[in-house]
Amino acid sequence: MVRFLARRLVNYVALCLIATFLAYSLAALTFDPLANFAERTPPPPAAVIEAKRAELRLDEPVPERFAGWLGDVVRGDFGTTVTGVPISDQLFSRIGVSLRLFLVGTVLGVAAGVVVGVASAVRQYRFSDHVATFLSFLVLSMPVFVLAQLLKFGGLQLNEAAGTTILYFQGEVTPSFQGSALAELLDRLQHLVLPTLAIALGQIAYYSRYQRSAMLDVLGSDFLRTAQAKGLTRRRALFTHGLRTALIPMATLFAFGFGLLVTGGVFTERIFGWFGMGDWLVYGVQQQDTNIVAIVTLFIAVLVLISGWLSDVLYAALDPRIRIR
Amino acid sequence: MSASVESSGATGAAPVGQPVAAVGTSRGRLVARRFLRNWRALLGLTVIVLLFALAYLGPLVNRWGYDELDYSAFLTAPSADHWFGTTQVGADVFAQTMRGLQKSLVIGLLVGFISTGLAAVVGAAAGYFGGWVDRALMWLVDLLLVLPSFLIIAILSPGFRGRTWLVFVVLLAAFGWMITARIVRGMTLSLREREFVKAARFMGVPPWKIIFRHIVPNMSSLLIIDATITVGSAILAETGLSFFGFGVQPPDVSLGSLIAAGTDSALTYPWLFGFSAGFLVLAVLSVNLVGDGLRDALDSGSQRGTGGAR
Repeated sequence: MVRFLARRLVNYVALCLIATFLAYSLAALTFDPLANFAERTPPPPAAVIEAKRAELRLDEPVPERFAGWLGDVVRGDFGTTVTGVPISDQLFSRIGVSLRLFLVGTVLGVAAGVVVGVASAVRQYRFSDHVATFLSFLVLSMPVFVLAQLLKFGGLQLNEAAGTTILYFQGEVTPSFQGSALAELLDRLQHLVLPTLAIALGQIAYYSRYQRSAMLDVLGSDFLRTAQAKGLTRRRALFTHGLRTALIPMATLFAFGFGLLVTGGVFTERIFGWFGMGDWLVYGVQQQDTNIVAIVTLFIAVLVLISGWLSDVLYAALDPRIRIR
Repeated sequence: MSASVESSGATGAAPVGQPVAAVGTSRGRLVARRFLRNWRALLGLTVIVLLFALAYLGPLVNRWGYDELDYSAFLTAPSADHWFGTTQVGADVFAQTMRGLQKSLVIGLLVGFISTGLAAVVGAAAGYFGGWVDRALMWLVDLLLVLPSFLIIAILSPGFRGRTWLVFVVLLAAFGWMITARIVRGMTLSLREREFVKAARFMGVPPWKIIFRHIVPNMSSLLIIDATITVGSAILAETGLSFFGFGVQPPDVSLGSLIAAGTDSALTYPWLFGFSAGFLVLAVLSVNLVGDGLRDALDSGSQRGTGGAR
């Protein structure tokens, strides 16, 4: 099993590099960062544009540029944006902002999704199942940018009803916040609620649909009937035999529900004005800035890698057939 | 639970008990009957048909084109002249919404079917053949999954500015099949060891025939749920990319770019945001309801059955 996991890890690291290379080359080939620069009024002199071209190494072949960039990144130099600002100025604060959103969203989404899905399956066609099904259908049918807008609206109503600001919907902390650490934590929490909901509701709906369907397949299976026939209580049979089997497809889904989360994160950050990696990606594409796009891709690739490997670990832990191989 | 198992077991047994020649038609009729009995699925299907009709017939009735501006009406609320109101520059919101709806629906359907077909073929081939085919295909899947499709298409978006929206459809389909392919592969791995597949193999049935006749049909419930989910998620992906200006390009509009334009003033001028967002949610919701209805109708093994399970 250790060998299986080690092999997967090596595989993922290679994938991560290739994925970053792919994104870097696509960006380098599609983007024309000087187009924005040259259209400034008054137009910069040709010599300045040429100097910029040399500085951004636009004339060199893409693999060479990528190798140079990767070498710098390994040494801890992330390069500069097209406008000349060092990437590392914002990188770490942006990573922190995004990770907070992703971690809370994933944990909340997976846990609540599995619980809701199992509960729906066990009580199939009862009232609670209908409500859960309807709500998850509604959320899954709603893009994050509509959901976020509705949450903003809800937050506004709540604030008006309470007569004070309970929930904020701009930024991740009140700018130039003064006060004790505890007060700051509270302030951050008030900012966190709506964006986290925007991202987690979709995850809950996504996992609960699949979990319900996987659990229903298990509920109709022979081995569960056997487990009950040999004398286990229904509850015991459901949780020790049923749930474990029904979680196996979830392990695969987990890695790739994460992609959904990252994409949702881009919208959430944009709409709620969080300066995270997703917000940076959109900015990078709009500015046609290869360095920004490459570093965001690397960040996302590493995250997907970790979640993919975690899903392998879960898979191996849940399914004995994998461990033996 | 035991009641539902018995009744659905009876459903599963019903076609088997009939003469062999009648199995095909009776299963089709059974599925159709189950689908028609599901009011939510029927509602979803009706709404989709109505949305299509509205999207294509609405502009014929409306006086305004989606790219026409009314210089005498800026930011007016819905009225008899402008059914859904007008925007800041005097464009008719109804005309724009219908145009966006057309784009979003067509893109969603195309992408859903192309990418699910691709996923079934790739996943089943990887699972069935195993060996280097499996490794190469799954490696490709993993690679495409490490890069979220949103990111790749966003990066490529400056490149297809000014081209036809069909390029966008191809890109969405090309980066939308991976998750399903992985699930299909997993199911194929276990189906491959089943007696009926082995029997077919030992009787000399060629591999592709086994895949299309024995393996893919045995995953039909999964594929159908997934095709509909993909239609829904393709609409969402398209509107999401268009929201940032990475998808359907102006002067053409999609529901996503309309929502993006209306989102800042959603609270003060709700008609800029509400109609496009409402139609978007309605369309995706209906697609998902149809998918769920098809699932219940097709999956005779575990689901609703003949209605005995309520």
